[in-house]
Amino acid sequence: MAEGEKISSNKMLKQAIAFNLFRILSFSVVAILIIILSFITIKGFRAISWEFLTAMPEDGMTKGGIYPAIIGTFYLIAGSMLFAFPIGVLSAIYINEYAKDGFFKRFVKLMTNNLAGIPSIVFGLFGMSLFVNTLGFGDSILAGSLTLGLLTLPVVIRTTEEALKAVDHSFRLGSYALGATKLQTIRRVVLPMSLPNIITGLILSIGRVSGETAPILFTVAAYFLPKLPTSIFDQVMALPYHLYVISTSGTNIEESRPIAYGTALVLIAIVLIVNLLANGLRRYFGNKVKMN
Amino acid sequence: MKIRTHQVNLYYSDFHALKGITMEISANTVTALIGPSGCGKSTFLRVFNRMNDLIDGVKITGDIFIDGQEIYDRKTNIDDLRKNVGMVFQKPNPFPKSIFENVAYGLRVNGINDKKFIEERVERSLHQSALWDEVKDKMKKSAFELSGGQQQRLCIARALAIEPSIILMDEPASALDPISTAKIEELIYELKKNYTIIIVTHNMQQAGRVSDKTGFFYLGELIEYDDTKIIFTNPKNPRTQNYITGRFG
Amino acid sequence: MKRFFRRFIEKFIEGIFFLSSSVTTLTVLLIVVFLFREGMGVFNKTPIEEGFAIALNKNNSVKEISSLDMKNIFDQNITNWKTLGGNNDSIILFRIDDISNYFTDEQLGDSLQYVPKCISSLVDSLTGIIAFIPEKYIDKHFAGRKLPMDKISVGKFLSGKEWFPTAQPASQLGVLPLILGTLWVSLMAILIALPLGLATAIYMAEIASEKVRRILKPLIELLAGIPSVVYGFFGLIVIVPLIQKVFDLPVGETGLAGSIVLGIMALPTIITISEDAIRTTPRAMKEASLALGANKWQTIARVIIPYSMSGITAAAILGIGRAIGETMAVLMVTGNAAVIPHTILEPVRTIPATIAAELGEAPQGGLHYEALFALGCILFILTMATNLLVEYISKKRKYNKQ
Repeated sequence: MAEGEKISSNKMLKQAIAFNLFRILSFSVVAILIIILSFITIKGFRAISWEFLTAMPEDGMTKGGIYPAIIGTFYLIAGSMLFAFPIGVLSAIYINEYAKDGFFKRFVKLMTNNLAGIPSIVFGLFGMSLFVNTLGFGDSILAGSLTLGLLTLPVVIRTTEEALKAVDHSFRLGSYALGATKLQTIRRVVLPMSLPNIITGLILSIGRVSGETAPILFTVAAYFLPKLPTSIFDQVMALPYHLYVISTSGTNIEESRPIAYGTALVLIAIVLIVNLLANGLRRYFGNKVKMN
Repeated sequence: MKIRTHQVNLYYSDFHALKGITMEISANTVTALIGPSGCGKSTFLRVFNRMNDLIDGVKITGDIFIDGQEIYDRKTNIDDLRKNVGMVFQKPNPFPKSIFENVAYGLRVNGINDKKFIEERVERSLHQSALWDEVKDKMKKSAFELSGGQQQRLCIARALAIEPSIILMDEPASALDPISTAKIEELIYELKKNYTIIIVTHNMQQAGRVSDKTGFFYLGELIEYDDTKIIFTNPKNPRTQNYITGRFG
Repeated sequence: MKRFFRRFIEKFIEGIFFLSSSVTTLTVLLIVVFLFREGMGVFNKTPIEEGFAIALNKNNSVKEISSLDMKNIFDQNITNWKTLGGNNDSIILFRIDDISNYFTDEQLGDSLQYVPKCISSLVDSLTGIIAFIPEKYIDKHFAGRKLPMDKISVGKFLSGKEWFPTAQPASQLGVLPLILGTLWVSLMAILIALPLGLATAIYMAEIASEKVRRILKPLIELLAGIPSVVYGFFGLIVIVPLIQKVFDLPVGETGLAGSIVLGIMALPTIITISEDAIRTTPRAMKEASLALGANKWQTIARVIIPYSMSGITAAAILGIGRAIGETMAVLMVTGNAAVIPHTILEPVRTIPATIAAELGEAPQGGLHYEALFALGCILFILTMATNLLVEYISKKRKYNKQ
């Protein structure tokens, strides 16, 4: 028995060591996040003012605001979502509701996965080659939005698919039993029930689009353009590209530091808001859907 | 008495799953626990190796003695308890390891490293579970390569290797074909000589064939507990009668 | 009639759904076509700038010059033809701009009509000359010998150790340092991220209470949501100076800085996928282990981790794939020196960073432009390979668990 106790306490000791180690490592991951967030928040907060958000950049981007970059990013979000959201949702409906299990479905899913795995810089190359040069859109909001749209398409498809899958099959059967057609069932039963989750997916892909830099480098982003676009064939500044430019290759890196911090904070804020919104929606509708 | 329980109550949060179960089980017998789904028989089985401890929000009151020792006592070492009380599950659940390592697992986690000792014990356990002849040439192969019935006997060998005195069986044959089932039942009969066995089963015939005593559970209560012969031929409680004759469940 | 119309509408809309679902496939195909169409152009060209030629004196016994030797000649690292197996004769460099050193404006003619003749006589008279001149000045009376240049081969492209695409007269297009830089930084990143990520995944799946998990999970998602350019910025401002100080280096922009930033960025992928894998371990298997007297940690180490190994492997490979393709963060912190790295404390340059940094300056359709697309092809193949590997592993896993 003494032997047994020794083994047992040895086991307990190892377990305690392992669990505490894992706990420390896990919390250090959280600590990394907190360090990044608080560093940028604290430093960036000083730079942020109403003027910073609404003024044009001045003096080789060492002074002034980031207004055109905010607007540019907004246009790019809107443009890419106008493209990716309908196609993504329709595509997910086809895969989940119409396609039969078989080669085609597997193939489309594989291709969607592959598209999701392609690095964003490759999207940049592709967008430049197809939209900017071959189709002649030039460096423009149109070219940038289409490139970003293709990039987020897999995200939209995947989240919509999850949302559709979450609707129990019995609801569909119930609708068919009442004589509804497939399309009616999708429109009146499946889509309304999955809408909250689809919207959550949309919000998350907005978060993704707002931070992407590599795809817009050669399709839309302007280094310095202190005016607002007037058509979809104009170039724009964008927040992530602006941050890259002023932190690495601005005319005076030291002087533009505060602006860099401020820009980073605005980017982080967008991501934070998007995540909170998505989580909030998920929780709110999650409960509601269950109750119905 | 090998096992004695007195007024055992078990709650899953608010749900009262076991209601005042009192039962005595003698050594080297087979006790069958029967009853409709959700009646608490599996929960009761898992009281003996404290498997319910893993579930959040479980509360247990009452006394459970094994060999005269209260197993929910603070002094009881839970690892030692589980070493003494082996368990075989509903579906065969070998580890993603070789056949040999599956059987050796219990020894290794309990701090035994003597290679020769482990080899001897593995072989003996496989003999006991009537699997040795079928696997002796492929001990290094993955346990997943065995058939379902073989896997279940491997799981029994795995439980026997740490020399428990009690074996809990949770519907051990429910996922198996009739031939494999017969083999398991034969095995239970053999094992009875050296072990105290408690088996949960849905299969009335099986309970009748393998057990000495039978307890009938219904809605968390032990309705009737007696010799198997009596339960199946002359139950005292009408609800037991109804269940045995297949009127509900 | 009405019913027919309705069925037609249903079919029509189904068709639209169908077309939408083929957009991703179409995009992947288009990416392949466009990437490779532009990228493969490299292998149809010589490293000499288009419209230019290299000419030697006709008595020069050197038959061909590799593009690397060419660079060394014009950088004056090679100064005698003997080095290249020719006569003992020192090399005289001649670029077209040098022509006024040898001839007066009069000799060249009012509209430069005598330039070809002048060059011809010059090449004829100087035995050690190597002339880098526009092809249009070489006419049929040319007295020198035009040096044949080989097209750039796939082998040379992949194994070349020098990346200097704007070098004159011959571009140096060797991607080996870029490929090695990419793999080096990515593998290091995973070495940093894997222990941390795996520990977090195990903690969240098996150890932490539901309450703690519900706090951790959205934080990990947040980590995944931070844009890569912000990671790059953070790396530039915090990690780079830190590395410079700790290791006492001339510059902090190193492979290590890239690996650390990429490692942080790979954490969410690794954590999420390994946690999912760990969670698929059947309850019965955990219970069997506990029932044999194993404690929780033994069960994790001996049953759960082996069982979810393929999922964890998939997570690691996917993490590497992401790291390989990551652009902005790496571009901002690795220093971008296109040399084969010897230690992690030197600047390195990855494939994506090269594309991002140079594409803006490469004229469309030129050799440099095409070379960058060829880099894109390599990147595409690398990431596709990791994706398919992950796909294969998870398929095999499903099969094994049946």
